[in-house]
Amino acid sequence: MSVKTMTVKEIANKIIQGEDLFIVDVRNPEEFADWRIEGKNVQVMNIPYFEVLDGVDPFLEQLPKEKENEIYVVCAKGGSSLFVAEQLEQAGFSHVYSIEGGMKAWSEHLEPVKIAELKNGGAIYQFVRLGKGCLSYLIESNGEGALIDTNRMTDVYIQFAKERGIVIKHVIDTHLHADHISGGRKLAEQLGAIYYLPPKDAKEVTFPYAPIQDGGRIQVGHTVIEALYSPGHTIGSTSFIVDDQFLLTGDILFIDSIGRPDLAGKAQDWVGDLRKTLYERYKQLADDLLVLPAHFMVPGEMNDDGSVGTTLGMLYAKNHGLNIASEEEFRKTVTENLPPQPNAYQEIRQTNMGKLHPNEEQQREMEIGPNRCAVR
Amino acid sequence: MNADKVLDAKGFACPMPVVRAKKAIDELEAGQVLEVHTTDKGSKNDLTAWAKASGHTVVNMKEENGVFTFWIKKG
Repeated sequence: MSVKTMTVKEIANKIIQGEDLFIVDVRNPEEFADWRIEGKNVQVMNIPYFEVLDGVDPFLEQLPKEKENEIYVVCAKGGSSLFVAEQLEQAGFSHVYSIEGGMKAWSEHLEPVKIAELKNGGAIYQFVRLGKGCLSYLIESNGEGALIDTNRMTDVYIQFAKERGIVIKHVIDTHLHADHISGGRKLAEQLGAIYYLPPKDAKEVTFPYAPIQDGGRIQVGHTVIEALYSPGHTIGSTSFIVDDQFLLTGDILFIDSIGRPDLAGKAQDWVGDLRKTLYERYKQLADDLLVLPAHFMVPGEMNDDGSVGTTLGMLYAKNHGLNIASEEEFRKTVTENLPPQPNAYQEIRQTNMGKLHPNEEQQREMEIGPNRCAVR
Repeated sequence: MNADKVLDAKGFACPMPVVRAKKAIDELEAGQVLEVHTTDKGSKNDLTAWAKASGHTVVNMKEENGVFTFWIKKG
């Protein structure tokens, strides 16, 4: 019997379009509890594959009553999901799909979404990494491109730019990332582009880079990217105002949360910087800037077209982290009761500094799990 | 450690190590020990979780040169 399969790209499109999905995740309960596929209309249940070696009968009550309803099965890498999909077919379900490549592929999938056109032609695209909550950007104008906060899946950006005849000249990171391995340096090497980092985050890096500091301007075709120093998540964290329309906030400000100051071990030192950035520096900016962060945490932060972003004015009205009047309470919020730190965040920082050189399989392992860069 | 049966599941990817371990342990008596060799990283957590869910006990485990060895006592 051959089981039907579905790619993670197809699953991503279904989630973005808001389709109802019933997913059976067959990994072990620990892995499932840590991290799973999420979406506005996604229902996901855990049936470890080793509990259905003799068939799915014990779980029939929890499965859809209508046997022709679609069921998507996912595991770690795509092997066990085939096995369980077969078991489901044997139990009479007729529309069962195994998700190709499993959570490994899901974690690495990037879905490009066009955010908007630029004033003098060109566009800004957001690459949504649904499985990990990472957001990266391509700014294109007059055939030139700049990439910001890229992931390690460099082929995706290169292919996307190539198909559109875009020459990538600049690759930028808003800060030294602790939750995912940056594709920045590799992309700059592969494309002959310049790699920019905020120098205060780059004191320990082992490779050459171009420093980008407050007030720095990068020309991309007919548009400009302007740097705004905005420390607090890290000491170097820098935001970028693009085309006078967009504010790329990195890991400082998200849609329904704010950055956490503790991932470099300096929460108490950096909480004051975070406060100043969010309550003074950003406040001076125009309300109608569209905030485009480097992460999202929950499906609710996603717009109907699959993009993640909203105006600065809207965030000042609705984001709890921007509305804590007392400095003391703010300090408490961002330094106490923090969520667990991201998986392998120390090793990820070292890798992004060029001090560690994990192979692809090890990089994958390091990035496993959800994003945890925010405080709500 | 003495085993009543040895299963070589090296080179097999998920779900095969667990599928084979189940078959092998089905042929043992309660209290007997199955020794399983695997190379799939996922098998480490999965064999342990499967044993627990099925009432067996992992009495010992080691990792050497990329090979995982489990001793599982049938419950």
